[in-house]
Amino acid sequence: MSDVILQLKNITKSFDGKMILNDFNLDIGRNEFVTLLGPSGCGKSTILRIIGGFVRPDKGRVLFEGEDITMLPPEKRNVNTVFQKYSLFPHMSVADNIAFGLKLKKKSSQYIKDKIDYALKLVNLDGYEDREPLSLSGGQQQRVAIARAIVNEPEVLLLDEPLGALDLKLRHEMQRELIKIKKEVGITFLYVTHDQEEALMMSDRIIVMNKGIIQQAGDSKSIYDEPQNAFVADFIGESNIIDGIMVRDCLVNIQGVDFTCVDTGFGENNPVDVVIRPEDLEIVKAGEGYLTGQVISIIFKGAYYEIKVKVDDYEWMIQSVDPAPIGEFVGLTIDPDNIQIMHKPVRDDEEVARDE
Amino acid sequence: MKRLKDIASGIYIGLIGVLLYAPILVLIVLSFNNSRSRVVWGGFTLDWYSKLFSNNQIKEALLTTVILALASAVIAVLIGVPGAIGIHALRKRPYKVMMGLTNIPMLNADIVTGIALMLWFVHFIPLGFGSVLLAHITFNIPYVILSVMPRVQQMNIATYEASRDLGAGPVYSFFKIMLPELVPGILSGFFMAFTMSMDDFVITYFTKGAGVNTLSTMIYGQIRKGIKPEMYALSTLIFLVVSAILIIVNALSDRRKTPKKNIEERI
Repeated sequence: MSDVILQLKNITKSFDGKMILNDFNLDIGRNEFVTLLGPSGCGKSTILRIIGGFVRPDKGRVLFEGEDITMLPPEKRNVNTVFQKYSLFPHMSVADNIAFGLKLKKKSSQYIKDKIDYALKLVNLDGYEDREPLSLSGGQQQRVAIARAIVNEPEVLLLDEPLGALDLKLRHEMQRELIKIKKEVGITFLYVTHDQEEALMMSDRIIVMNKGIIQQAGDSKSIYDEPQNAFVADFIGESNIIDGIMVRDCLVNIQGVDFTCVDTGFGENNPVDVVIRPEDLEIVKAGEGYLTGQVISIIFKGAYYEIKVKVDDYEWMIQSVDPAPIGEFVGLTIDPDNIQIMHKPVRDDEEVARDE
Repeated sequence: MKRLKDIASGIYIGLIGVLLYAPILVLIVLSFNNSRSRVVWGGFTLDWYSKLFSNNQIKEALLTTVILALASAVIAVLIGVPGAIGIHALRKRPYKVMMGLTNIPMLNADIVTGIALMLWFVHFIPLGFGSVLLAHITFNIPYVILSVMPRVQQMNIATYEASRDLGAGPVYSFFKIMLPELVPGILSGFFMAFTMSMDDFVITYFTKGAGVNTLSTMIYGQIRKGIKPEMYALSTLIFLVVSAILIIVNALSDRRKTPKKNIEERI
């Protein structure tokens, strides 16, 4: 990453004696779409509020284009925020809401008018200038909030779960629109969400967090295909996570059976965690494949069947387009590429090496 | 069956209405009675009203009352609104303690407040208009805090933060973004304080000293010499003014509540 716009250095923050962030470091590149992803309480919103200027870190520094902005109040920072909750000014029209920041900057009224027109078109709300915020739907309100932030031409746009209050269909629509808006305005987006699907769909880079610590950072594909610890594997999509023993490079023993894999560097006869995505397992005739077990449940999910196969004490989850009758004995097979080996965590919040 | 229930509830409400308002109605009727008798109707007259307005003592007391009510309500708003915002920002326990302390002066017997304030005032300041004003500000502040607090609680802190985020300083954000949301609460607090001040007798009586009279203390003084029908006229006017204010306050809070309710339904 050559062109870094925003840096967080050794940020520490606690609330009421509870440590939220501990020595947190993050670099964000110009024009990147970075998503902070994690369960509630993992510190992701706090990071956004520190960058926005609403929370002051106990320790550490925030650098904006190399300059220390840790102590600057929010109004002096060249970033804008789209808040989680409805944050439009209820006593002002949509146009006045959008013009708020521009008027403070003493822009000419023609400039402001052009900007409002442009921004409303960008968020697909042309003609809504004179509407009252309270007469808009939740999705429309968030579009206005995005427009209101973007007209100020911030270098970085902070989005704090902006779609959190919307229903699923509207969320998907807004996700596509956000990608479009990002392309159009060409600025850095820092997005916070707990929705892994949202993160996978929109981001250039995902930072998976838990307990104030980065668990893994990387693009969507590497996060999904190569989770580096059990937390990431479990949080991103559904997974079979099972104990295994790394016999030697490229050979792992699971449930007493040796599997060929592609991972190296885990030593010999070391216990490891093995992650296998449910869509990567294939059901074959009993006796063929690596493992044999009994089908104990099958659920139709629309695009596929979710099948559980019990092998010894472990219930494997499999996603398959072909059904399998309950009670039948079947074999399971898997491509060596799709076996992901992870170190066993030393502590439950262990920080893993970041791939950058 | 349903009809019977309707009739019964109608009678019940009617009875309450009569018990509450009949005495006031009698007072209003007597203020137009062209006879000094309290039981005989001597025909319609506005004499008592014209006498009322030619009485200098009454005019002076009316002026004192209005100035006192306005001044104490304005000052109570200036103290109470920042107070409510400050109390709201407290943590849970101190918040409860402060709201309890705010409630006590309202529930406390006026006589206790009156005597207590008098005891303090005689030590530090001469009794007069100033001491009455201080006393009225004191008992008005809780009313302002209580009517503003629900608005402060409803206030969405995100709008304040959004304003800062868009480049406004803290002071500008307060006046441009937060204050407009508080206006209905401030107005109803102001009118409540105004009527409470106009209404008060006991506390005023103990803290006023010689020479200062509000309508209520003046009426009390007059009544000891015997009730004059002017007093009916005066009381009628006070009743009408207070009712008008109450209706305005209710209308204001109704109008402001409607859109709020819509959002809640949508969420």
